[in-house]
Amino acid sequence: MAERRSRARSTPETTPPESIPIRLTVNGVEAELKIEPWTTLLDALRDRLDLTGTKKGCDHGQCGACTVLLDGRRVNACLTLAVMKDGASITTIEGLAGNGALHPMQQAFIDHDAFQCGYCTPGQICSAVGLVGEGKAHTADEIRELMSGNLCRCGAYPNIVAAIQQAMDQS
Amino acid sequence: MINFQYARAHDVAEAVRQMGADPAAKFIAGGTNLVDLMKYDVERPSRLIDISRLPLTSIEETGQGLRIGALVSNAELAYHPLIEKRYPLLSSATLAGASAQLRNMASTGGNLLQRTRCHYFYDVATPCNKREPGSGCSALSGINRMHAILGSSEACIATHPSDLCVALAVLEATVEVAGPGGERGIPFADFHRLPAAEPERDTNLAHGEIITAITLPARGFSSHYTYLKIRDRLSYAFALVSVAVGLELEGNRIKGGRFALGGVAHKPWRDPAAEALLRGQEANEATFKAAADAVLREAKGYAHNGFKIELARRALVRALGQAARATPQSQSNKSIR
Repeated sequence: MAERRSRARSTPETTPPESIPIRLTVNGVEAELKIEPWTTLLDALRDRLDLTGTKKGCDHGQCGACTVLLDGRRVNACLTLAVMKDGASITTIEGLAGNGALHPMQQAFIDHDAFQCGYCTPGQICSAVGLVGEGKAHTADEIRELMSGNLCRCGAYPNIVAAIQQAMDQS
Repeated sequence: MINFQYARAHDVAEAVRQMGADPAAKFIAGGTNLVDLMKYDVERPSRLIDISRLPLTSIEETGQGLRIGALVSNAELAYHPLIEKRYPLLSSATLAGASAQLRNMASTGGNLLQRTRCHYFYDVATPCNKREPGSGCSALSGINRMHAILGSSEACIATHPSDLCVALAVLEATVEVAGPGGERGIPFADFHRLPAAEPERDTNLAHGEIITAITLPARGFSSHYTYLKIRDRLSYAFALVSVAVGLELEGNRIKGGRFALGGVAHKPWRDPAAEALLRGQEANEATFKAAADAVLREAKGYAHNGFKIELARRALVRALGQAARATPQSQSNKSIR
């Protein structure tokens, strides 16, 4: 097979940039990092802060496994450059429980058996918490539509919708 | 991902200056498309100029219309009370695109600048005139089920993937830009380009120019509109065909109407001659079919996308009916009525 053609395209002269200092508040704890500009928020969380609850699925914004709450809004951490979020506040799956109790959304996922392998679950739960905060989903149809950015290859969708309905009723 | 330099711009003038100093730099706002393309090695900027903190985040009334800052997120846009009330077509089309997470990240300006989702554009092991001018078009004789049926060229049959832009085409928005030569407004119809012999150029934006806002004229078609999107799954997929419609009715007679097709061309597809066939006519199936036949008269299918011609015809007839009946397509209950 031919070599990858685009390698032959003109590559701009780049001197490797120095790491850039940033400050993030992650699950209420302030963290100072020196970071390369191409480090995604997902890699920063997992590799630099050892918060491996946030999962790398597709790494292209198509599966939602990397969903975290950034200043309260759900985003794909895999398409977010950490350097651009200097000063931001991030909540990951590790930051949802408090005072020794699970977050109501976590409890609802257990109550409804809303997972099988569990790989998509941290992203599902963070996304669902974001969904409830947005206040735009009221029916099962609306939950399905507004959770469509989170794929579950085990197909636990009916139970995920039921879990979210339970947590929404409680909030 | 390749190594690159990073700089943060604090105002529009500084962003334009920074871009002028580096011909291989790119602006980054939401990053949802650019970061993805960099991971695939399709985009290889020397420097990212971070414009995400520029003060372009408000939606303001301007006389009769509305001015949408380029950095308003897709979610803020779709759920803004003034957009929901006066331009529900724009709200609906925006909610038909991407996922809730991506809509929280993606900016309005960036939505206009997203690149095609043609598989060959993404696959750097294959020729692509858009990615690498002169290398050839792999889609012409390849898997071209998602590709264009209108306005394509021998150099490129890619489609523009946006939903939001299809609504902006109907609303006849203006794209406000700033650049080294000052500020200018580009009518929406002139913003995106057909591929012709230069498919590497998606838009008529010059290097160093930055989108600062989208302005909407007064007419929002808030009574008779719809955004109907046909895709391979019910949510979170690019359009095979989509239709934005805005009508003005007097009784059951059409005073004026506009429509645009998405997923069928290198830009949102307007056809003023086909729209003119609606004017003064009864809002009925015969009128809608005449307009649909007209817009698709020149349509051309390739090996795998010929079905799009009939799909577009039927989707347009259905959408014109939805708009005329004032029963716009729901973006959560996807039953098509």
